[in-house]
Amino acid sequence: MALKKDYEDIPGTLVFDADRGREGYHLNQFCISLRLQRNRDAFNADEGAYLDRYPMTAEQRQAVVDRDWNRLLELGGNIYYTSKLGANDGITFQQLAGLMTGMGNEAYRKMMVDGGRSPEGNRYQHEWDEKGEN
Amino acid sequence: MARITAGVGCSHVPAIGVAMDLGKTDEPYWAPCFAGFEKSREWIKEAKPDVIFLVYNDHCTVFDASFIPTFALGCAAEFTPADEGWGPRPVPVVRNHQVMASHVAQSLILDEFDITIMNEMEVDHGLTVPLSLMFGNLGVDDEWPCLVVPLCVNVVQYPAPTGNRCYNLGKAVRRAVESFDEDLNVVIFGTGGMSHQLQYKRAGLINEEWDTQFMDRLTSDPVGLSQTPHVEYLREAGSEGVELVMWHIMRGALDDEVDEVHRHYHVPASNTAVGHIILANRKDSGAPK
Repeated sequence: MALKKDYEDIPGTLVFDADRGREGYHLNQFCISLRLQRNRDAFNADEGAYLDRYPMTAEQRQAVVDRDWNRLLELGGNIYYTSKLGANDGITFQQLAGLMTGMGNEAYRKMMVDGGRSPEGNRYQHEWDEKGEN
Repeated sequence: MARITAGVGCSHVPAIGVAMDLGKTDEPYWAPCFAGFEKSREWIKEAKPDVIFLVYNDHCTVFDASFIPTFALGCAAEFTPADEGWGPRPVPVVRNHQVMASHVAQSLILDEFDITIMNEMEVDHGLTVPLSLMFGNLGVDDEWPCLVVPLCVNVVQYPAPTGNRCYNLGKAVRRAVESFDEDLNVVIFGTGGMSHQLQYKRAGLINEEWDTQFMDRLTSDPVGLSQTPHVEYLREAGSEGVELVMWHIMRGALDDEVDEVHRHYHVPASNTAVGHIILANRKDSGAPK
């Protein structure tokens, strides 16, 4: 019997569970390798050759090349891993959030300084569906 | 015997470490965040712990996706601050009470908590940021004022251990500490949180009301609080808010009766609500009986 995933109706949220961990394994191991300078140097010298070391799917590889931060998560990436690719590119956690939310850096930063995103209207997928968000 | 006298709950936002390391703590963005720790630094000077039992999570630094222990106890002699992608934090090496750590490891496993033993381990901001917040700026040539036994909890890959499991582990940690013969004052830290979501389209979620009830119930209803289901953390406190299960380990290790010595709450530090609380066992807090 399948485990019940009672967290799948939270809007705008991808819970990094065991299934996503399986799907994203090689993608995440690639990302975390960039924690170390020698690996960043090798990656930045020749992205394609470096990516060849990690047997990720073609879609995952393309999302890396495109720096498509949301797609990386949809394909099994986890933010603590993908943020290492961001750090390699000089992008902070907060700037990544500006990109993933589509708000841009300034609007996102202002939202946080003003107290963050309210939980009101942001708890259930149907609340976003009704607002026409996805 | 060794005794746990107090607990500290504390966020471990990496940007806090960066702000301290770059001397930005007086900037208007950061000053209110750090102001709430002035009293804490006075308190811990008075409390003079011999050992801190520090519960935190590694952020894919030591434990990448290749192995994910739910509970891992640091048993090495010392722990070096890790390079997390922008160079190691310029803070002191963390020194263990290695004899106590091995005692705790043995006690926990016989108490049916099958922890992983780490005889070599670097530590990331999850461990060093709370130390910096409580002890202030210390450089690589300094020493932390006390020894630290680290306990890592997986909160990166779902599911984290349940709040109930964590609360009961806290009780087992207490039994382990109290069966250690050396006369030691131990303070336990539960770190991480509070509400925050770092990822995807809902990033930036902050829920002050929920965070406040969490801190209130640490004193008034710790057992009930430990029964909070994971989906509530994820929905109400954001996908990374589930880190708060680690605070239950801290709470479980204290007496049923505690006094809240200090509390601080500030939004934001980068993407996160900073929460901090100090709880002392009532018999140790000096409060009226």
